[in-house]
Amino acid sequence: MKLTVASSPHIRGNFRTNRIMADVMLALTPALAVGVVRFGMDALILTLVTMATAVAAEWLYSKLTKTRNTTVDGSALVTGMLLAMTLPHTCPLWLAALGSVFAILFVKCLCGGLGQNIFNPALAARAAMMVLYPVGLTRYMGVDGVTAATPLHHMVMPALPEESVLDMFLGNCPGSIGEISALALLVGGAYLLWRKVISVRIPAAYLGSVAVLTLVFAKTDAPIDWMLYSLFSGGVMLGAIFMATDYATSPATPMGQIVYGIGCGALTVFFRYFGLFPEGVTYAILLMNALVWFIDRLTPIRRFGTVKGGDNQ
Amino acid sequence: MKHLFFGGIHPKYNKEMSKRTPEIRRIEPDTVVIPMLQHIGAPCTPLVKVGDRVLKGQKIGDGEGLCVPVHASVSGVVKAIEPRPHVRGTLINAVVIANDFKNESVTMPHADNDDEILHAIREAGIVGMGGAAFPGNVKALGAMGNVDTLIANGCECEPYITADDTLLRTNPTEVLEGMLILRRLLDPKRTVLAVEDNKTEAIAELKKLLPRYPDIELVVLPTRYPQGSEKQLIQAVTGRQVPPGQLPVKVGCAVFNVSTFAAICRAATEGKALTERIVTVSGEAIAEPQNFMVPIGTSFHDLIEIAGGLHDKTERVISGGPMMGVAQGDLSVPVVKATNSILCLLKDVNGAAENPVCLRCGKCVTVCPMRLQPLYMYRFTNSGRVDELNRMNLMDCMECGSCAFTCPGKLPLVETFRKGKQMVREAQKK
Repeated sequence: MKLTVASSPHIRGNFRTNRIMADVMLALTPALAVGVVRFGMDALILTLVTMATAVAAEWLYSKLTKTRNTTVDGSALVTGMLLAMTLPHTCPLWLAALGSVFAILFVKCLCGGLGQNIFNPALAARAAMMVLYPVGLTRYMGVDGVTAATPLHHMVMPALPEESVLDMFLGNCPGSIGEISALALLVGGAYLLWRKVISVRIPAAYLGSVAVLTLVFAKTDAPIDWMLYSLFSGGVMLGAIFMATDYATSPATPMGQIVYGIGCGALTVFFRYFGLFPEGVTYAILLMNALVWFIDRLTPIRRFGTVKGGDNQ
Repeated sequence: MKHLFFGGIHPKYNKEMSKRTPEIRRIEPDTVVIPMLQHIGAPCTPLVKVGDRVLKGQKIGDGEGLCVPVHASVSGVVKAIEPRPHVRGTLINAVVIANDFKNESVTMPHADNDDEILHAIREAGIVGMGGAAFPGNVKALGAMGNVDTLIANGCECEPYITADDTLLRTNPTEVLEGMLILRRLLDPKRTVLAVEDNKTEAIAELKKLLPRYPDIELVVLPTRYPQGSEKQLIQAVTGRQVPPGQLPVKVGCAVFNVSTFAAICRAATEGKALTERIVTVSGEAIAEPQNFMVPIGTSFHDLIEIAGGLHDKTERVISGGPMMGVAQGDLSVPVVKATNSILCLLKDVNGAAENPVCLRCGKCVTVCPMRLQPLYMYRFTNSGRVDELNRMNLMDCMECGSCAFTCPGKLPLVETFRKGKQMVREAQKK
């Protein structure tokens, strides 16, 4: 019998990378389901295409660079799924596939792979697609199957959208596949909180700052309605719950996560109010991504045993 | 007032395993190997020669400075005095005694006043029995007149181990009497017996006895690892934080393990030296997990055989618990004063990663009871940035393993931090 002499600890918990990835995909399922019900099978096909190309791109990268095949950790599947959630179902499949490859190869693998990338791969890809081929990302469909303006287009005017707040909450509005139903996204978020995959800090700080800023700086004379529409329209929910909480591209310290969440929310509102496009979530999160290490450094945790006054004599 | 320590984890405790056999089995080994160093400090010099006959409780080694004596744990003849493998992984000079099974013993005189009690604690060779093995008399002396809270640590927060639990269930009086002895010595305002709430039977036993001990306060804490760590326990009981690099006395606290209190009681009232202790032998790889009363110096091998032997697929034998214990490669090592457990684990328990990847999930930060940032400490150790390691307060890390336990990327965190600390120490020397 050969005894192993290795370092403590000798036991480990069951919190594993692929379990986390599976949980994230499961948590996105309600939002995807709403998208499929709302927009039809095109939405599902688009999602499957981005997921498949993401995995294929990562596999290809490992073959070309003769490094370990990392597709088993499930993170490429998550990236592909997240990217699809940000796209309208009318997005050409070739463009979606190209975006997925870009997310994996350029944003993730070339930055060092899982946990090393600076920018959220799905959002960076979306931003690149927006620049390269905006037409592919801006055709949204109304209930009747014809091209329609999203609630955000109304809000730019500024005016309250035609849909009721309840419709917005449930997802009866034009928009990208995974962003329309706040309810479905909140259900997914609650699941991730319950599974301890994410903490409440980033989503709460993000949504909280959006709520406060849109309430205080409402563009219509119904500030509460304006705030609710702001929260339920566009990608705020998807961004706050699934994008800003991406481990690799968000701070690791509790205080840093709050600062980061507030920054994402404030920039989202800023870009929506003053930006070129109606939506600002993508650029807000990407900009905050760049500041993550900086935020972690500037928000140190109080060292154990250095409490001033209080309990500590 | 209830307090909580920072961070912490909830591992699977597996404590029932060693509690299935309720009584403590007493062991009589053929041979004992008594290392001359079983405490933090200077080693003892042997006081006996090969061929000498020794009695149980007889002092066989002592030294100067930070040092407490060691004693024969059986009666018999000294067979050898030579370096032998030690649980710390090195060779340490040891006295080997062949047991004559006559069980003849010597005791020390009865201790009454403060000086006599302090002397008895030293002469009985008492050290912290929770694992640290700091000389008991030195700790007690340093605490005299400086503490307002005396804490008996009965948390036993490491999974699998039930040695302190067994002591509290079967012999709580010894612990409580030991607490009163130190209470007279230190004169604290509070005398607290802290136990985690998973020890329901022990708590029931203690509650029966406590009406007779009005000066002792039982504090039942919600089970969480690493509650039994000294700094964390002080925080949980008093809300105070021991400043970095300082001792508990700094915040008016003295903490001793419950087994140490029992040993102090035996030394002061019966004149018995520390020659035996309760050891949990447990884990999935042992045939009959249970608690034993073991003479110091009994080999791991003998104890494992008595517990029914090891499973064919045993991967690790650990001195101590699964979170902070030390894996052993040579089972001839003896049980020492601080050995609370021999843990035998099967393959696949650890599931170490071949390709550890940091996801930056930040779980390590939230579970760290010392409020450190393990993910950055790991990164900066691997990149050799000593300046950053100092900025990160790496030396505050007590290697409790909460971060490594939680890490989804299965990074070798604790192992890396030991290397990092070595780097920091070497940089300080320059």
